[in-house]
Amino acid sequence: MPSRPDLRSGPESGIHSGLERISVRNLCVDYHGVVAVHDATLHLDAGTICALVGMNGAGKSTLFKALMGFVRPSAGSIAIDGQPLRQARRARAVAYVPQTESVDWNFPVNVYEVVMMGRYGAMNLLRIPRPADREAVREALERVDLWPLRHRQIGALSGGQRKRAFLARALAQGASVMLLDEPFNGVDIRTEKLMIELFQQFRREGRTLMISTHDLSHVTSFCDQVVLINKTVLAYGETSSVFTSENLALTFGGLRLEAELPSAIDTDSPQAP
Amino acid sequence: MTAVLTWLIEPLQQDFMVRALLVSTLVSCVCGLLSCFMTLKGWALMGDAVSHAVMPGVVIAYALNLPFAVGAFVFGVGSVAVIGYIKQMTRIKEDTVIGLVFTGFFALGLTLISKVRSTIDLSHILFGNVLGISSGDILQTVLISVLVLAVLLVFRRDLILFCFDPTHARSIGIHTGVLHYLLLSVLSLAAVAGLQTVGIILVVAMLVTPGATAYLLTDRFDRMAWIAILSAVLSSLGGIYWSYWMDASTAGCIVLVQTLLFLVAFLFAPRHGLLAQRRRSPRATQFPSA
Repeated sequence: MPSRPDLRSGPESGIHSGLERISVRNLCVDYHGVVAVHDATLHLDAGTICALVGMNGAGKSTLFKALMGFVRPSAGSIAIDGQPLRQARRARAVAYVPQTESVDWNFPVNVYEVVMMGRYGAMNLLRIPRPADREAVREALERVDLWPLRHRQIGALSGGQRKRAFLARALAQGASVMLLDEPFNGVDIRTEKLMIELFQQFRREGRTLMISTHDLSHVTSFCDQVVLINKTVLAYGETSSVFTSENLALTFGGLRLEAELPSAIDTDSPQAP
Repeated sequence: MTAVLTWLIEPLQQDFMVRALLVSTLVSCVCGLLSCFMTLKGWALMGDAVSHAVMPGVVIAYALNLPFAVGAFVFGVGSVAVIGYIKQMTRIKEDTVIGLVFTGFFALGLTLISKVRSTIDLSHILFGNVLGISSGDILQTVLISVLVLAVLLVFRRDLILFCFDPTHARSIGIHTGVLHYLLLSVLSLAAVAGLQTVGIILVVAMLVTPGATAYLLTDRFDRMAWIAILSAVLSSLGGIYWSYWMDASTAGCIVLVQTLLFLVAFLFAPRHGLLAQRRRSPRATQFPSA
């Protein structure tokens, strides 16, 4: 585990790489007595792209909810950048990028307004944008190439542009942790490439991305860390050491997924286990 | 020309008409703005429930000589709390719970009104009595309206975010629970204000129709709010005049005008109207997947 204060700051102040970004210790979450996540532990450093892999109902969304502070853990603790969750939330450290299906695309807001929503936590009660807020929104929109389309109603965007709009919101928020819920669902190959490029930029800036995904080929192609989850964290760490057929079998309840593996091990990891 | 002027001016010689027009304009502004949030949040059914559920509160408040807004507020928010509780504790679906709770509250109101000796006229509560509104009621309506407008204006950005993406709102530390109950409280209060004009039965139209009309006409929230307010005010004024000259139910006329405005938008809205959609893809109605 790297020692904490290696303060190689990214381009955005407040985001430092080299320290422990997410730390989940012995986390238990239950809903009305039904266990959703039990005794989960994981640690992620700054500047990583981590795949969150598990079956439906394995606790992926519960883990996301816990990281956003939506559910009260019955045991265990979560820290972001060494701070308790409540403080991290106040610092807007955690951004959630929703699934495309869960957004109301007919809603009467334009791209600029959606990205500005990323700044709300930092504004006064009336949410009147200050110059700094406008600057952050412009910068975010320019980075995802949506500045010329800022006046469009969100539903008038193409699939890839919609994805980028929400990534821009997370950027404008200044989040050091981004939780992405099935980001590649219903996305064409070109958009996917573009998004992965953005993700890699975010990683270089020291942000930590957690991507819940069903598609195991993504894991090996660009995720440097994996968290395997089935009601608890079965394994976490470097893709090369964690993404093994034994672990996958555990994750998917005994299903052997050999077919995924050959491509798995040699794409992204020079040091095979 | 003079005929139109007479049509417009003659009723204004009656005090009760001036009062009715002023009160309903104010109420329309409030309900029109709120209706945008109701449509966007998908709370039409909730609006119906709350407006019916305030009835026992209004009756009790009248009987105890309290401001009716107080009773309405308690029962409006109370009914929503009961709906939430039953939904959480049982396996019954939300729309069933809403239907069950608001009719229960409404029935309680009906029973109370028939037993409690008071000066309230049931038909005034059910169908509104804007032409005979008392000055005490006007004062209350004005206070409620100002309060609701102030809340909606101050918190409009948060409320828009709450309607659009509550998950994001929570993740950046905005208290969505507070916003939820704030919107509900405002809904209860607006329902009482609207009740003055069109009565309990039709108040849901005030809380839904202008927003729905505006939603078809624009893709910007600010414009939607203005259009909703404008259509609500026009409907109220037009409806009151219409009912004056036709000697017809005021509440009925107001809501009919609202519905007509909606139909016009439904047919002729430049982008989301029926005709525009037909023009864009003539066969879309036969092949929805096209």
